[in-house]
Amino acid sequence: MKKNLNLYIGGGLILIQLLAMLVSFVYTPFDPNEMNIQERFSPPSWNHWLGTDNFGRDILSRIMKGSQTAFLVGTIAVSIGLTIGTFIGAFAGYLGGWIDEIIMRLTDTLQAFPGILLALMFITVFGPSTVNTMLALSLVSIPVFSRISRSGFIQYKQFEFVEAARAMGLSTIRIMFLHILPNVMSPLIVAASMGFASAVLAEAGLSYLGLGVQPPDPSWGRMLNEAQNYIFKAPWYTLSPGIMITISVLGFNLLGDGIRDLRDPRIT
Amino acid sequence: MYFVLRRGLTLGVTLILISFLTFLVFQIIPGDPVLTILGMDAEKGQILALQEKLGLDKPLFQRFISWMGGVFSGNLGESLRFSRPVLDLMMSRLPVTISLALISLGVTIIIAIPLGILAAKVRGQWLDYLISLLTQLGMAIPSFWLGIILMFIFGVIFRWFTPGSYVPWSEDFWGAFKGLFLPALAMAIPKIAVLVRYLRAAVLEQLKLEYVRTAYGKGLGQNVVVNKHVLKNALIPVVTVLGMIVADVLGGSLIIEQVFALPGMGRLLVSSISYRDFPLVQGMILYIAIIVTCINFIVDIMYGLLDPRIRLE
Repeated sequence: MKKNLNLYIGGGLILIQLLAMLVSFVYTPFDPNEMNIQERFSPPSWNHWLGTDNFGRDILSRIMKGSQTAFLVGTIAVSIGLTIGTFIGAFAGYLGGWIDEIIMRLTDTLQAFPGILLALMFITVFGPSTVNTMLALSLVSIPVFSRISRSGFIQYKQFEFVEAARAMGLSTIRIMFLHILPNVMSPLIVAASMGFASAVLAEAGLSYLGLGVQPPDPSWGRMLNEAQNYIFKAPWYTLSPGIMITISVLGFNLLGDGIRDLRDPRIT
Repeated sequence: MYFVLRRGLTLGVTLILISFLTFLVFQIIPGDPVLTILGMDAEKGQILALQEKLGLDKPLFQRFISWMGGVFSGNLGESLRFSRPVLDLMMSRLPVTISLALISLGVTIIIAIPLGILAAKVRGQWLDYLISLLTQLGMAIPSFWLGIILMFIFGVIFRWFTPGSYVPWSEDFWGAFKGLFLPALAMAIPKIAVLVRYLRAAVLEQLKLEYVRTAYGKGLGQNVVVNKHVLKNALIPVVTVLGMIVADVLGGSLIIEQVFALPGMGRLLVSSISYRDFPLVQGMILYIAIIVTCINFIVDIMYGLLDPRIRLE
C-alpha cells in the first residue's frame, strides 16, 4: 500500500500545534499580556525568539496563547455545525418529501451568502465577541455538513440492511442514527477536518477586521492587524501569525485529504 | 427552455427567501436597536425621530411589505451615518469591488488553466508533486496576509505603487490598474490553487475515457489529445467552480479592501458594522447576496447549455 503522505504530514503539523497549545496552558516564555515599553519592537533574539510587538509583548508567547483561541473557535464552530448539519441533513435525506424540500431551500438560502458575509451579518446583529464568532462560523458551516449528511442518507436508505432493520420493526430514529449514520460518518469526518481549516481562516479574517475575537483573548488575525500598522518598524511581527494560520489550515486540509484516502483509496 | 424556466423559478424563490432572511435577521437585534444606536441617555424626541426613520413605529408585517417593495424598487432607505440613500452609497463603491473581482478572476483563469493542464500532463512526475505542494500552500495562506506581504514587498521595498492610494479608472487607467493588481493577485492565489486542483482532476477523469484511447489510436500525440479533445470536456465542470470562485472573490474583497485601504463595498460594509449603521449593512448584505445568486444562476444555465445531460436531471 502506498504511504499516505497527506495523513502523516497533516497529522504531524496539527500535532505540533496541538502540543504548542497544550504547553501554553502551563508555560509561555513570557506573560503574553505583559507590556514592556523599553523592549518595544525588538527583533527576534535569543531572549525573544520571535521578537516583540508595539507594546513590547513577547510575540512567541502571544502566538502560543493565540493557538488556544484558534483551536477553541475551530472546535466549537465545527462541533455545532457538524451536529446540527448532520441532524437536519439526516432528516432531509431519510424522510424526503416536503421536509427535504423545506430544509434544502433553507440551506440554499444560507449558501447564497458568501460565508464571510453570513458571519458578518450575524456579528452585526449580535455584536462582535469571541462567542459570537464561534456561533457565526458554526452557522456558516451548517449547510456544508447538512448537504453531505443528506446525500449519504439518500444513498444508504435504499440498502438492504436498512430494509431489514425496518422489517424488524425498529424505530425510524434508531435506524437513522444507529444503522445509517455510522456509514455516513467518514465523509462527514473529512468535511469536519476541512471545516476546521475554514474556521481557522475565517476567524483570522474576522479578527483582522476587528469583528471577531475581542481583547483580551489573543488572536492571530488581530495580531496581523496590529502588525500591519508597524510593518516599517517591525516587519518580523507580520510573519509569525501568518505562518501559524497557514500551518494550521494546511494541516487540517491535508489531514482531511489523508482521512479520505484512508477510507476510500479508490479516489487517488 | 423548460430547463431555464425551472431554474428561473428556483432563482425567484431563493431571491425572495434571501430578502426575507435579511429582513428577519435584523429584527432580532437584541435590545432596542434605537437605543443601541443612540446610546442609553438619548432624549425622547431623538428616539421617536429615529424610530420613525427606521420605520419601527409600524407593525412587523407592514415593515416587511415595505422592505420587499424597497428591494424591488431599489429603495432601501437611508444610511444613518451618511444620511444618503443606501443604494447611492453602494453604487459609488461598486466600481472598485467589481474591478477587483474581475481582475482577480482574470488572473485566476490565465494562471490556473495552463497550470492545471500541465499538472495533469506530467502526473506522477516531480513537477506534478511540486504543483500539488504549491496548491496546498496556496489554499492555506490567508489572502489578507498575502496582501500585507505583497504590499510590503512591492509598495514599500520596490516602491512600485503607493499603498493606500486609489485612483479611479477614468482619471488614470494605468494607475488604477497598478493600485488594483496586487490586491486582486492576493485574492486570486487561493482561487488559483483550487482551480488547478480541480482542473487536474477533471482532465485525469477524461483521460480514462474511450474517446481518448481512440484519439491516441489514431496516432495523435498527448498535446493534441489533451488540448483539442480533452480540454473541451474537462472545462465543463470547471464552469461550476468558477461560479463558486466568483462568490468567494466577492466575499474575499471585503477583507482585502481593508488591507489595501481601497474604497470599495467591503470597506464601507466593515466600517458601517462598527458604526451600527443597520440600514446600510442590511442593504449591502442583501445586494451582495443577490449578485452572488444571480451569478450562480447564470453559471447554472451555462452549465446546462454546455452539457445537455444536466438539463434532464
